[in-house]
Amino acid sequence: MLAFIAQRLAKAIVVLFAIVVLNFMLIRMAPGDPAVVMAGEAGASDQMFVNQLREKFGLDKPLPEQLFIYVKGIATLDLGFSFRQQAPVSQLIVERLPATLLLTLTAFAISLLLGILFGTLAARFAGTWLDTAVTIFSLIFYATPLFWVALMAILLFSVAVDWLPSFGYETVGANYTGLAHVLDVGAHLILPATTIGLFFMATYSRMTRASMLEVQRHDFVKTARAKGLRNAVIQRRHVLRNALLPVVTLAGLQAGTLVGGAVLTETVFAWPGIGRLMYEALLQRDYNLLLGVFVVCSAMVLAFNLITDLIYRSVDPRIEFAS
Amino acid sequence: MSAATAVVSIKNLKLALPPGADRRYAVDDVSLDLTPGKILCVVGESGSGKSMCAHALMGLLPDTIGREAGEIVYDGHNLLALDETGWLALRGRHIAMVFQEPMTALNPLMRIGEQIAEMFEAHNLLTPKERTQKALQLLREVGLPDPERSMRAYPHQLSGGQRQRAMIAMALALEPAVLVADEPTTALDVTTQAQILKLIRDLQRSRNMAVMFITHDFGVVADIADRVIVLQHGKVVEQGAADDVLLRPQHSYTRALLAAVPSMQPPQRAPLAGRAKAVEVVGLDKTYVSGGGWFQPERRVRAANEVNFDILKGETLGLVGESGSGKSSVARLVMRLIEPDQGTIRLGDIDFTRIGGKELRKARSRIQMIFQDPFASLNPRRKVGNIIADGPIAHGTDAATAHKRAGELLGLVGLNASALERYPHEFSGGQRQRIGIARALALEPEIIVADEAVSALDVSVQAQVLNLLEDLKKRLGLSMLFITHDLRVAAQICDRIAVMQRGAIVELKPTAALFSAPEHAYTRELLAAVPGQTSSSRAA
Amino acid sequence: MMNFWRTMLRNPGGVIGLMILILAVAVAVFGPLLFPTSPWRMVQRPFLPPFTAPGLPLGTDALGRDVLAGIVHGARVSLLVGLVSTMAALAVGIPVGAMAGYFGGRIGDALMRFTEFFQTVPSFALAIVLVAILQPSIVSIVLAIAIVSWPPVARLVRGEVLSLRTREYVQAAVVTGQSHSWIIWREILPNALSPVIVLASLMVATAILLESSLSFLGLGDPNLMSWGYMVGAGRTVIRQAWWITVFPGIAILISVLALNLIGEGLNDALNPRLNKEGR
Repeated sequence: MLAFIAQRLAKAIVVLFAIVVLNFMLIRMAPGDPAVVMAGEAGASDQMFVNQLREKFGLDKPLPEQLFIYVKGIATLDLGFSFRQQAPVSQLIVERLPATLLLTLTAFAISLLLGILFGTLAARFAGTWLDTAVTIFSLIFYATPLFWVALMAILLFSVAVDWLPSFGYETVGANYTGLAHVLDVGAHLILPATTIGLFFMATYSRMTRASMLEVQRHDFVKTARAKGLRNAVIQRRHVLRNALLPVVTLAGLQAGTLVGGAVLTETVFAWPGIGRLMYEALLQRDYNLLLGVFVVCSAMVLAFNLITDLIYRSVDPRIEFAS
Repeated sequence: MSAATAVVSIKNLKLALPPGADRRYAVDDVSLDLTPGKILCVVGESGSGKSMCAHALMGLLPDTIGREAGEIVYDGHNLLALDETGWLALRGRHIAMVFQEPMTALNPLMRIGEQIAEMFEAHNLLTPKERTQKALQLLREVGLPDPERSMRAYPHQLSGGQRQRAMIAMALALEPAVLVADEPTTALDVTTQAQILKLIRDLQRSRNMAVMFITHDFGVVADIADRVIVLQHGKVVEQGAADDVLLRPQHSYTRALLAAVPSMQPPQRAPLAGRAKAVEVVGLDKTYVSGGGWFQPERRVRAANEVNFDILKGETLGLVGESGSGKSSVARLVMRLIEPDQGTIRLGDIDFTRIGGKELRKARSRIQMIFQDPFASLNPRRKVGNIIADGPIAHGTDAATAHKRAGELLGLVGLNASALERYPHEFSGGQRQRIGIARALALEPEIIVADEAVSALDVSVQAQVLNLLEDLKKRLGLSMLFITHDLRVAAQICDRIAVMQRGAIVELKPTAALFSAPEHAYTRELLAAVPGQTSSSRAA
Repeated sequence: MMNFWRTMLRNPGGVIGLMILILAVAVAVFGPLLFPTSPWRMVQRPFLPPFTAPGLPLGTDALGRDVLAGIVHGARVSLLVGLVSTMAALAVGIPVGAMAGYFGGRIGDALMRFTEFFQTVPSFALAIVLVAILQPSIVSIVLAIAIVSWPPVARLVRGEVLSLRTREYVQAAVVTGQSHSWIIWREILPNALSPVIVLASLMVATAILLESSLSFLGLGDPNLMSWGYMVGAGRTVIRQAWWITVFPGIAILISVLALNLIGEGLNDALNPRLNKEGR
């Protein structure tokens, strides 16, 4: 078990290193002087800052040395300075990270629970109106752009009927404390989390349904029936457990998309997370900040993949730990 | 034999196939009785409806099958009229089932112990603790080594035979009156099969159970049956006491089936000594290494260990062994489908292991292969004519000549030349295997490697294909390496036989000598495990 | 082939999807002829609600531009980006996957590590970074979408090739002395194609979603009207003028839905295993 984690961590570090190198190359792919690019669009920064950057990243030195300086910076968690926001990039990200984690994890939980529930129902009642309803519902949400669902949610729930707040993380100026604060954040969380959740729910419910119908045909289900087990028990203990394996795999693969969903949703709902930060960096052409957020997003995805891998291995005894 | 003593009576059962199937009834007017303490073997080739009978008895028929007529009487009730709740009480407790493939019939995510304990749980019997104890006792009874550990094991951690033992333990948990066994030994090696057959026989006697045993193998029938019922296209063609059916078959179909079963008596073969060597294999070694990442231990499987043999011109050498013995690896090494770690394969005057690229592709025409699975060995998207002609065209024959020759080859293997323009899926398994043979012959090879070439075929088709191979070999003067797990088949076609175990050849002898005077312990074990020896000696 | 169409046409979702797609393609091809003037031109007063002025059934946006004209011109961008980027992704993914699967060993390992790396990187974030750095244009958008969407193709093709490579008919081709390229092109790829076709139809859908998301964030080609851009532009005034965001969004929804339905239909038609229960 520990050896496995160590192995996966080592692999993750290698991937992260590759992402950092990719980042390094991306800056140099951009047209123009990398120092100016990093500082933001021409004219937005002063010459002193550009010179400072040039010195810091050794931009007058040969490329391998530049790469070394860049990697060393990131290894010490120094992601550079955002001239636009007048703050270190790492500090900006750390400030915003909790909000994004809250949003994405809530959305992930919603999507997985609802997706598995609906998928199970659709498989159990395959061919009936319920199955058709779940299928149509899933197909529609799977085909709808996230940002548009977000906007429609605002239109419905805070313009047409003023039920839920559509803006920000908490009510500005209310200064709630304790439980009131939790409830306030919770109310703000509902729309953005559900928006992301519905999109992924569509994926999981379709996967769960297909997977359950597939497992249904396996011989061991026949064995279970030959034992005289009730169908409900067969479905829960034998079919669902096996059917969830590919869903776990899918959930792991979806991590990257989840981060992308956060960028769009946070932008629409002005949720102060790193997705929103990415949008701000984009608006201001603040490449240094943009790339910093990108590296952190990638690291998040790696961590998420590691977790789903561990879950998968603890569920499926056929994959044995090196021991 | 009267219905009064029967525990289950199937009377005039008629089951309809869904529209569009190749016949109307899966099972047509079948009647049979299961008697306590007796084993009834239901025999038939694939598609005969024998499995359908078993599933009807368990109430596990698919929805698409119509229950047209007849009844299944158990304990005074007609089971066909039973609702789902009625079946729940019956299944497992009164009638239990053992399936063909123990790997897929067990839930891969549940421990063996849990799956057995589930039997009691399904019928609300015993406390959880008692269930575990009972399961352990059952595992001991079916002879699983280290029952405590097997309780905690997952299915993939057991061998095929151990899994089947666990399945049997499960089926016997509630001491059912009737056991339905659907080809329970077909997926197993021959030595394991013998053990499982004995286990079923012993348990059935000690518990006085009625057993319905589905099989396609007359050898197994001879070993285990008290009564036999023979099915063809869903109809009963013959039934009676085992000895009557096996020794004095009345119906022509039964007679044909029995005649097609290869016997253990090797026919007389002309001596071949003094001929030149067609193939010479020296010191062949191959080890598969898996795992071996940064933190993973390596796993090594020795598929070929110092393998030496040669095949004379016009000779058939049999390579016999159980699954995992390395016999298929040797076939693929000889074909150079996989590369050996060490050793030499000489084909006549050339060293087949030392050439590569164009030279190798050219030399490949000298040695050709016939594959096991007739459904996987033909590209579903190419016409039969192309499949046969592609090889010669690759070797420089012009297309028109190659296609003309393909037509002739189809005639040679007993098919109509009109097959050229058709796709593989339009043919039956036996016909496809003939196409595969035609493809191998198209390059006019000197040597044919046949890898389990008749294993996937029904016994009557198997006999025809074997005859064809023997005939072609003689007419074209071919040498053959014949890989099989079935000693009976090897006895019929091979001049000499090599027995493989764990990657090594343990004994290599002329066929008659091997059968009459086996030396190695493993060879003797294999020979003893071949089913049906009691009856074939009686029949002879 | 006849069988394929029969199964496809028996699937109502697939037929509906196909009809919508044909309509969308017609709009993309002939639409600009009906709306020959630039969709960027001001035609009426801003914020004109739908169904109020003749000739402007979907109203005008914050700058007085015709919403319907925008949607018609946007169809071209969406479908083109979807199609071209998918083609590009297939052009990279199929060879990489086929080579990794067929040759295996060290080359295969290296190719798969490379693929896995691209699959680990959050795709939308990478697309944003790529388009931002290369400057938004139709070329950079297509390139970015292709770069983030080829890995699944490579993985799928590799898996198919790996399993087909050990299939007996492929081994039969080897022992009859066929060359590598013959085996890959004639024996393996034709049999690996069905799932790739299904995946491709779903990829076009995903590409359209990606393009609209990029345009929504202001990373669209500044010279081309697109649906995502329209939604993005209407976002700030959604409380006053809902129609500016609603209609282009519906256009995206319908086209993506149509492609997904087609993918489903293809899957049923090309995957006979799911049609017939058992054998």
